Amino acid sequence: MFMATTLFISGCATQQQSLYEELGGAEKVNQIVENFVIQIETDPTILPYFEGSDIDRFVEKLSEQICALTGGGCVYSGDTMEHVHAGMNITEADFNRTVDLLIRAMDAADIPHRSQNKLLKVLAPTRKEMLYR
Amino acid sequence: MRQIKCVISLVTFLLLSFDLFAAEGKLIGTAGLMQVEGSGGGGIVPWATLAGYDSQDQTSFSVATTQVDVDDYRLNVLAGAFSLYDRVELSIAHQRFDLKSLGGEIKQNVVGAKFKLYGDVVFSQLPQISLGIQHKKLEDGTIASALGAGSSSSGTDFYIAATKVHLGAIAGFNAVWNLTARATKANELGLLGFGGPVQQDYELMLEASFGILLSRHLAVGAEYRQKPDNLGLGEDDWMDFFISYIPSKNFNFTLAYANLGSIAGAPDQSGLYLSVNGQLW
Repeated sequence: MFMATTLFISGCATQQQSLYEELGGAEKVNQIVENFVIQIETDPTILPYFEGSDIDRFVEKLSEQICALTGGGCVYSGDTMEHVHAGMNITEADFNRTVDLLIRAMDAADIPHRSQNKLLKVLAPTRKEMLYR
Repeated sequence: MRQIKCVISLVTFLLLSFDLFAAEGKLIGTAGLMQVEGSGGGGIVPWATLAGYDSQDQTSFSVATTQVDVDDYRLNVLAGAFSLYDRVELSIAHQRFDLKSLGGEIKQNVVGAKFKLYGDVVFSQLPQISLGIQHKKLEDGTIASALGAGSSSSGTDFYIAATKVHLGAIAGFNAVWNLTARATKANELGLLGFGGPVQQDYELMLEASFGILLSRHLAVGAEYRQKPDNLGLGEDDWMDFFISYIPSKNFNFTLAYANLGSIAGAPDQSGLYLSVNGQLW
């Protein structure tokens, strides 16, 4: 409890910093997304969803979306999540598996546990725009 | 000794079946464990979450062995639960309550069912909400009768639970809370029968849990379970402080300090709670 309290206070003290900066800015976000692509490419369950996708565009637009959602000052210029995932019929199991791949990608980019959770939190609301479409 | 052998064979079986067919459709740590009556939950409180890592396209089967060793008593639990499409949970538990000081034992079987009404513990804005039932049948009601229980054979608990995981909630750590309201007549889980001279009818009891996930593999927290005093023996509420180690979605160990208060007139019953949970698929 003491530790949690201390961390809570120190968390408040650094509130001015955006999550984008906390993650490590453009360089780290790009690294997370590149690692994520590597995870997807080596996962036989998730890879088929990306068949025919333009991977360079995926990296660019996902990095931009993370930047926009974490206070990095970007404006997301890609397609809506509903549009991108239309016809894919992504199951809940596969969606959550992909979240596990994202966590591994963040681990590989040395993103601290607590910053990982904050990023998952801002990405979580997009889930309902992706499932079973 | 019997318990130790059982744990060893269970662990061996789990290691053999590790990672082969397991449902992995939820985030690690969010399936919790199986509580002392066999329902998916924390240690002593049933939660709205189901026992396994199944998503709405999957099924799972989990087993658990639990021991709560306090001053004058020892509760041993073997439990198994099917979790179907992240919607329905069907559980069974066998409890053996050793009377360490007095000698003898009390055995009870619990059959449980849970239905998820709403939500996803991680992803919905509101908590996940489930309705549950636990039907308890004593193998031998001699002690329950002797203590004056209204029924010394069987009883049924009904509960509604709300559970929520908040991502990055406390300085970036994920936090989980649960609230359960239970209608029950059970004395000490039903091990001492159902109802009694003080109260024969159902009473509504509140139960709560709170935890922090320090990493993907480690959680700490506390639980509280309100209990009725139907027998007039000063039955106390239960509480525990726990630490869970979750090496994978197929396996977790939970160690807790449990304070069970007065049981059948023996005061200040506290000690260690240890539970090993495994998901077979």
